[in-house]
Amino acid sequence: MNGASIVQKHQNLEPVHLGQKDIPLVELPIGTIKPQFKISNLKVSYGAKEVLHGVDLDVFANVVTALIGPSGCGKSTFLRSLNRMTEVVRGTQVEGEILLDNENVFRMDVVKLRRRVGMVFQRPNPFPKSIFDNVAYGLRINGHHDSLSEAVEHSLRRAALWDEVKGQLHKSAYALSGGQQQRLCIARALAVNPEVLLLDEPCSALDPITTAKIEELLFQLKSSCTIVIVTHNMQQAARASDFTAFLLDGQLVEYQSTRKLFTTPSDPRTEAYITGRFG
Amino acid sequence: MERHFEHDLGDLKERLLMMAGLAERAVHQSVQAVFEKDENLANRVLEEEPAINEMQIEIDDRVMQLLALQAPMAVDLRFVLCASRINSDLERIGDQAVNIAQSALRILRHPQVKPYVDLPRMSELAEGMVRESLNALVHGDADLAKSVLLRDDEVDHLRDQIFRELLTYMMENSAVVFPAFELILITKNLERIGDHATNIAEDVIYMVAGRDVRHLAADRR
Repeated sequence: MNGASIVQKHQNLEPVHLGQKDIPLVELPIGTIKPQFKISNLKVSYGAKEVLHGVDLDVFANVVTALIGPSGCGKSTFLRSLNRMTEVVRGTQVEGEILLDNENVFRMDVVKLRRRVGMVFQRPNPFPKSIFDNVAYGLRINGHHDSLSEAVEHSLRRAALWDEVKGQLHKSAYALSGGQQQRLCIARALAVNPEVLLLDEPCSALDPITTAKIEELLFQLKSSCTIVIVTHNMQQAARASDFTAFLLDGQLVEYQSTRKLFTTPSDPRTEAYITGRFG
Repeated sequence: MERHFEHDLGDLKERLLMMAGLAERAVHQSVQAVFEKDENLANRVLEEEPAINEMQIEIDDRVMQLLALQAPMAVDLRFVLCASRINSDLERIGDQAVNIAQSALRILRHPQVKPYVDLPRMSELAEGMVRESLNALVHGDADLAKSVLLRDDEVDHLRDQIFRELLTYMMENSAVVFPAFELILITKNLERIGDHATNIAEDVIYMVAGRDVRHLAADRR
């Protein structure tokens, strides 16, 4: 929160429609943020089983958006649809439209899409290479061979890892702790300057101190990168995100500013979920 | 890496102190309006009160956001809880200042009942309690907060003394009943301001030391 009066901020808020017609309105300061992703009627099926039943949602640029919901509600599927990672699962069918800066992702070259929309997974998955080579990997395969050291340092700094590893860049990435490995994966994703970073439960294997570091990192990164995070941990969504979407049984129930969703949710199902009455 | 949560806590404290500054000034101006028979000063207190009320809402909002989104623990939790309580006390102090300013405006229409001797002492004491309780908050100083608690009895003693004196004036001369009654109301408001400062000091002790000293006898605090 900056020094401006919250009361003053409230006065500047007007309701804007963010998602499905039948879900509650979100209060947003008009003109301050723009949608990066526009998702319309997204349906995803694995074989005969439909797991997302037509989700409409705008993901805003340079904010952290959290996806919450009980296991199996479709939040990871939704996240993976954004950079077409769902396609790696055999038998997956995707319907609907996903626009990234008004460009249909299904008509884009998937490699280019994933360069623009990076991803970090639940368990840190560094390559069996040195710390330096892990970060430089994406740059090399994209044909960048000049100023690699500067680029690696820049990415490690953005991932708040540089100070911890600067003296051991050529050691194996496996020598790092779990939290450091996860930040290395973030640095690796950041190296190719993605516009969006998708994180699928990035802290579920980490201790609270390391989790706090990653959350703080998200806060720092959002000025240069749009962030979408799936988390089981509602407190993490509350702490780290600006907007939160609550999914239930493959449908978007509520999409609000995080402060509103966690203090005065509009839908009784959201209220029941965040107060631990189901899920 | 400093957590932005800590910035939010710092901002909350800063806003609380800003509100405290407004409340403190309101009290000072309201009693000065009585002593200096200054109608403008009294009116200024009435005009500035909405700013205090607005800050109360803003601080409440910040407290709710911090509790809901950051789930603070230990000293952070105690601070956020105390900020919420102190917020209410400051708003009430602002209300007492408005009451005094309104009494000042009514008293102006009447000749002065008696020279003001104990009332300035009482207002200085109550204002000092507010100031020191907030200094204790700024510095996290439980000893300073404890010294504020000890002064509440002096304020109560002065209240009783002023009540007794004004009653004798009223019994002697019914023409002074109205202004004397207003002075009694002012005295009562100053006593309440002292009580709010006491509440703030108790909160500071809880925040710093984790000890709840409310409703304890003076020697056990």
